[in-house]
Amino acid sequence: MTVAAPVLLAPPGDQVRDRAAARAFVDTHITPHANGFERAGAVPEDLLDRIGAAGLWAPFLPVEDGGAGIDMVTLGELHEEVGRGCSSVRSLLTVHTMVSWTVRRWGTAAQRERWAGVLARGEALGAFCLSEPEAGSDAAGISTRAVPAGGGWVLDGVKKWITGGQRADVFLVFAKTDASIGAFLVPRDTPGVEVRPIPEILGTRASMLAEVSFRGVRLDGDALVGPSGFTAGMVLTGTLDLGRYSVACGSVGIIQACLDACADYTSRRRVGGELLRTMPLIQAKVSDMVTDVRAARMLCAEAGRLKDAGEASTLMATWVAKYFASTAAARHASEAVQIHGANGCGDDYPVARLYRDAKVMEIIEGSNEVQRMTIAGEAYREMTR
Amino acid sequence: MSDTAQAQILTFIRGRYPQVEIDAAQDIFQLGFVNSLFAMELVMFVEKTFGVTIPNDELQLDHFRTADSMAALVGRLSPAPAGV
Repeated sequence: MTVAAPVLLAPPGDQVRDRAAARAFVDTHITPHANGFERAGAVPEDLLDRIGAAGLWAPFLPVEDGGAGIDMVTLGELHEEVGRGCSSVRSLLTVHTMVSWTVRRWGTAAQRERWAGVLARGEALGAFCLSEPEAGSDAAGISTRAVPAGGGWVLDGVKKWITGGQRADVFLVFAKTDASIGAFLVPRDTPGVEVRPIPEILGTRASMLAEVSFRGVRLDGDALVGPSGFTAGMVLTGTLDLGRYSVACGSVGIIQACLDACADYTSRRRVGGELLRTMPLIQAKVSDMVTDVRAARMLCAEAGRLKDAGEASTLMATWVAKYFASTAAARHASEAVQIHGANGCGDDYPVARLYRDAKVMEIIEGSNEVQRMTIAGEAYREMTR
Repeated sequence: MSDTAQAQILTFIRGRYPQVEIDAAQDIFQLGFVNSLFAMELVMFVEKTFGVTIPNDELQLDHFRTADSMAALVGRLSPAPAGV
């Protein structure tokens, strides 16, 4: 059951290219198993294969790169639907999307030839490596370094909280160079790369987090993605923008999942002989979920539309969408647990998982504090125009 | 094209940073307000407004220092008008 969600008419097909197909895919292959993924601490390989068969890994890539050329609004809808089912799966999609987009936007012809097709098909999974033990939202504070050597680079540093790191085949690693922060494509099997799983985590427990160490990793010159020099920072900015968009859409999915779970539970659970749904305090919480999920969805759609139009204003629209959607998700996931009472604290319902996952959304791809500083800075700029 | 591009680029920069006085020959990096977010916005603005794609080898500091240099970049990347 979905409540306050867009009406869908298109029948699902083999390839997931729209919201209707994504919803059917998620309801069949993800939602019923999401608590199990969390308990196992991993998304099973057969689901990763199914995602590949459905063309969900990077459908925004152009056809010539192995994708389907879907627009960003539609991509956001797909990520919302996957996020409704399981934030861990959506997180894998997010980082893979970031890597794939970077190859497409900034990669050379040779880099696209090597990576785009396998990324589009999910034959190689990508992971985004920015955070470190001592630097998260403070990207300028990273200590991983890439030093030019013999026409290539030598990479040294440690990356932490790497989503999909346990499973990824290629890492997009951000490292300081003499000029700026550079982005490097590092295959997992490169000598000097070591992956250490992080099994204990508050939320997105099935996202296969890892700490990834790079010790004297020798890379060819073509490992660098995008320009060197001052504009290298733009690769990071653009990649994070897309990740932020995906997280925003995934957060909409969390709110929707909270709403669906609460509507279902309160329609069956009685207190003093009365269904919970008849009680004004419950109705207030549900009405707030309905309102916020629609508002968050609209903010995401606006950010996606601006991306499709190539408008620079999409960057700020995405900050706003992610801030609104993630904070609303955390708020409503908390209320969803409250509505479920003790049942909400256990494993028989999805809301405890949603609660844990929602908190993570307020931290990743730019903490809410950084988001608010950025949004306020824009507001003050607009006031002086 | 270049005069028009120069004016449009200046308008964009002034719109984002109305508190600073800036002319077409002024080095925006020396003004100290350019960050990676603005740099990305600037590239997106140029690509969208003038219908060009800026290749990696053109993404150099000197090409983005001033409205003049950005207009010159637009001129280089824009297809020549028919018959010219």
